[in-house]
Amino acid sequence: MAGPMKILVVEDDDEAGRYLQRALGESGHVADLAADGEAGLEMALSGQYDVLIVDRMLPRRDGLSLIMALRAEKRTTPVLILSALGQVDDRVLGLRAGGDDYLTKPYAFTECLARVEALARRQNPQSAQLSYRVADLELDRLAHRVTRGGEEILLQPREFRLLEYLMRHAGQVVTRTMLLENVWDYHFDPQTNVIDVHVSRLRGKIDRKSGAQLLHTVRGAGYMIRDNGK
Amino acid sequence: MASSAREKDGFREAVLRLYRTTAFRLSAVYLLIFVAFAIFVLGYLAWNTRRLLDAQITETINTEINALAEQSRIGGQRRLVNIIERRSRQSGSFLYLLVDQKGDAVTGNAVLRAPVLSLRPGWTELVYSRPDENEEARRLAKIRVFVLDSGHRLIVGRDLEERAVLRESVRRARGWSLLMVLALGAFGAWFVTRRVLGRLDAIALSSGRIMEGNLSERLPVSDNNDEFDRLAVHLNQMLDRIGGLMAGLRELSDNVAHDLRTPLTRMRNGVEESLRKASTLEESREGLEKAIDEADQLIRIFDALLMISRAEAGNLTLATQSLDVREAVSGIAELYEPLAEEAGAVIETEIPADLRVAANRELLGRALSNLIDNALKYGKPASGAAGRIVLSAHAAGDRIEIAVADQGDGIPESERQRVLERFVRLDPSRAKPGFGLGLSLVAAVARMMGGALRLEDNAPGLRAVLVLPAALVDDPRDVRE
Repeated sequence: MAGPMKILVVEDDDEAGRYLQRALGESGHVADLAADGEAGLEMALSGQYDVLIVDRMLPRRDGLSLIMALRAEKRTTPVLILSALGQVDDRVLGLRAGGDDYLTKPYAFTECLARVEALARRQNPQSAQLSYRVADLELDRLAHRVTRGGEEILLQPREFRLLEYLMRHAGQVVTRTMLLENVWDYHFDPQTNVIDVHVSRLRGKIDRKSGAQLLHTVRGAGYMIRDNGK
Repeated sequence: MASSAREKDGFREAVLRLYRTTAFRLSAVYLLIFVAFAIFVLGYLAWNTRRLLDAQITETINTEINALAEQSRIGGQRRLVNIIERRSRQSGSFLYLLVDQKGDAVTGNAVLRAPVLSLRPGWTELVYSRPDENEEARRLAKIRVFVLDSGHRLIVGRDLEERAVLRESVRRARGWSLLMVLALGAFGAWFVTRRVLGRLDAIALSSGRIMEGNLSERLPVSDNNDEFDRLAVHLNQMLDRIGGLMAGLRELSDNVAHDLRTPLTRMRNGVEESLRKASTLEESREGLEKAIDEADQLIRIFDALLMISRAEAGNLTLATQSLDVREAVSGIAELYEPLAEEAGAVIETEIPADLRVAANRELLGRALSNLIDNALKYGKPASGAAGRIVLSAHAAGDRIEIAVADQGDGIPESERQRVLERFVRLDPSRAKPGFGLGLSLVAAVARMMGGALRLEDNAPGLRAVLVLPAALVDDPRDVRE
């Protein structure tokens, strides 16, 4: 798991802001709080943060304008936009302004945390490797080959992408919506357990023979691929 | 004094009020145009007639003078005098005068009021009298003075009484016709006010009553089918639409109240119960987790309602792009395939290549996933055999129809319209999970992309057809990412 991150939360609702700050702290990160867009921009420009969490509607300078100003200064700090506006085009607008991910309020904290950690990992140059390895499970992106304990596992293209995403975020919680977004490129909320079925199929293929379970279900949050031995 | 001033003020007020009415202004303009036109026509007629008369007079005088000059050349002075004397005696409107070099009259039937020698040769209009008349008689004549070879002056003229008579008759006609025009204008004003503006007033009155809250009232429509009727019909249609929207809104808020209250109550009960009963940490955890699940469901309902109301508000600003139908549909089919298998059903796709639809990938995916969800839930064959869900598509003119068909009980024709409404569930026991928003959400999403949702009989089963605009062939957005 990545080490503790420094996170800036720009949120004008005091209670919501303090809640995020507290919860991020309990998850082992350090969070600062800014209550309006101007203060948030100033703090973000100091460059000491790994990830920014920015509310869309802020006093003095709205969230999108904050992000655009930040990007105009050539700062690439990843930004997670929090918004009460959840329509399809609102999301597109947010990402076009320079946001890296978009989360609609109300959200589950686990979802927010998983996304923040994924964003920080994305900044990490090691994230897009040619191959991934978790315990004896190996995924070769170039050869499109997956082996467990040296034995090849045949996967459907979609299963391969699913495993690739999970392995790239090994040791991190990946939520169902993150999977739907990144593997299928859909941003709606699947009302049924479509993702669960895909994951359990994948689990059947990679965890079937070997005793050690690598693909875990994180209750109330999502999934995680992790080497139990470590 | 004061009262008379007040009266004057009141009068001025009344005049101003009259002046401000459209009826008055319209009639004033109407009248003005009418009068101007009449004056123009009469004036033109009079001027033209006079010109013609003048030309005629000139012509006859010229002929007469030429004839006399000819006679004088042939027969000399004597013959000319004889002829003039003879002609002067004839009654008629010609006047003749022959004058010698000294200005004395030799013969003729006219006495001029001006010294003859001062008259230049050519045309003049002047006053004359007949020799047998007294001094007061004044007649106007048009004359031509002609100098003969002998140095005598021959004056031939014609009385202008005819012209005066004409002018007089024109003047009288002008008076009469102006009177007629005024009468006609007044009638027109009355007609406009009573008939036309009266209709407007009726419309204004009705709309006033509607604004006061009587929303069932409609504007009066006559059988004339004129502009006012068309206006009233359109306004009535608008009122119907507004009424429909308001009824929809009322129904929505009733339903929201009901359908949000139910899960809210359930959630509250659950939390209360775990507060009361939970003795272990594990138990209270369970209660809280259930509460979070319920809250998530509430948010889903809320989001769906927002989307539906946005589509109903007719806010169609959503950008669409050209999508390959096979790719888009099979992507969703593939997403649901494991779930279907688990539910004991198969998803089949029958989609031709090179079919492109103008849609939003995200919304199309959402609509299809809802329809497949529905098919999985309600589309099981009654026999208990494995269900087959068929996704198909074809072009129909400038539309693309994408269908999701199942083999379940289907929806009776009489209910098909109703299930598109919010919160309508055909399962009276409401035993299966769901909120009755699925199909209305799909219909709303289709509408946001400029399309529609159609429900058909799959015999057996339901065939839900998304009708969406086809992508233009040379659409510049038609580029694969």
